[in-house]
Amino acid sequence: MAKITVNGKPQALENPTTLAQLIEQNNIIQPDMVSVQLNEEFIQRENYATTELKDGDEVDFLYFMGGGRG
Amino acid sequence: MMDFTEEQVNRYSRHILLQDVGVEGQEKISKGKVLVVGAGGLGAPVAFYLAAAGVGAIGIIDGDVVDLSNLQRQIIHFTEDVGRPKVASAKEKISRLNPDVQVTTYQTLLTAENALEIIRDYDFVVDGTDNFPVKFLINDACVMLKKPFSHGGILRFDGQTLTYVPESACYRCLFHAPPPPNAVPTCSQAGVLGAIAGMLGTIQAAEALKYLTGVGELLTNKLLTFNAKTMDFRTIKTKRSDKCPVCGAHPTITQLIDYEQAACDISDRKKH
Ligand SMILES: [Zn+2]
Repeated sequence: MAKITVNGKPQALENPTTLAQLIEQNNIIQPDMVSVQLNEEFIQRENYATTELKDGDEVDFLYFMGGGRG
Repeated sequence: MMDFTEEQVNRYSRHILLQDVGVEGQEKISKGKVLVVGAGGLGAPVAFYLAAAGVGAIGIIDGDVVDLSNLQRQIIHFTEDVGRPKVASAKEKISRLNPDVQVTTYQTLLTAENALEIIRDYDFVVDGTDNFPVKFLINDACVMLKKPFSHGGILRFDGQTLTYVPESACYRCLFHAPPPPNAVPTCSQAGVLGAIAGMLGTIQAAEALKYLTGVGELLTNKLLTFNAKTMDFRTIKTKRSDKCPVCGAHPTITQLIDYEQAACDISDRKKH
């Protein structure tokens, strides 16, 4: 079982998990409005599905903030 | 060496008393030139605190006029300013607060065409805009000009900010490209607690003053985020991305881009 940190809080992964699966598990409703950083490195959207999480990983969901669309 | 008048020594005494600032630091502030992009929720507190601090030259760019719905958070505009250009309203308040400050106004939108020209003249830029196209434009222009800036974003009960100086992580290092326009919440869905603008704007103003005086550590290679419901503040470490499209090893963005996306104020204006 891998122990990772998501937005500064510990999270345990029961099964092998990709970044794409983690996004789903964390109920990120609008993945388009989130940028993902893994161990301080920016991860390209197209690599979410192939990025496997391992013990000790630090994941940060960075939210786009900048006002709204009309 | 600047010669402060007795009145100025008195006006800035609480800065001068600060060991880290002193007369020397106040001189740097008084010689500083800061551009505030947007005279709205963030720009209002930023402009007020920079003016109070005696920043020598403040530029304000905004193409909008004051709307009644702005007054919930854009504290530099008063009820009688409704209908007035935001830059004119802001300039008047700044001058009344501190006549030492030279104010330059640009009653227009920042665009790919005018950004480099306008930003070039300033020491530091504050992003106080409400839309992604201009946020990315400010970032790219500042990276190209090697100009430090403070990014700020607010939404509902949340705020985020980072400071860029040449060689540190830029906004695009963290957010490679604007989100698809259809994913961005509409203005009516979004909303914002007015005081959040003050919380974030004053952080941005502090960053500008820290940059001018050289005091302390800037929010570089960090993203500060907070949520006002829980009052949780978090500083996320970041770093410059090799693959960043504008500051990375092989930049694909070599000229400025005007992304399409309506800002709240623009669509509000169309409705009226
Ligand atoms: Zn970058």
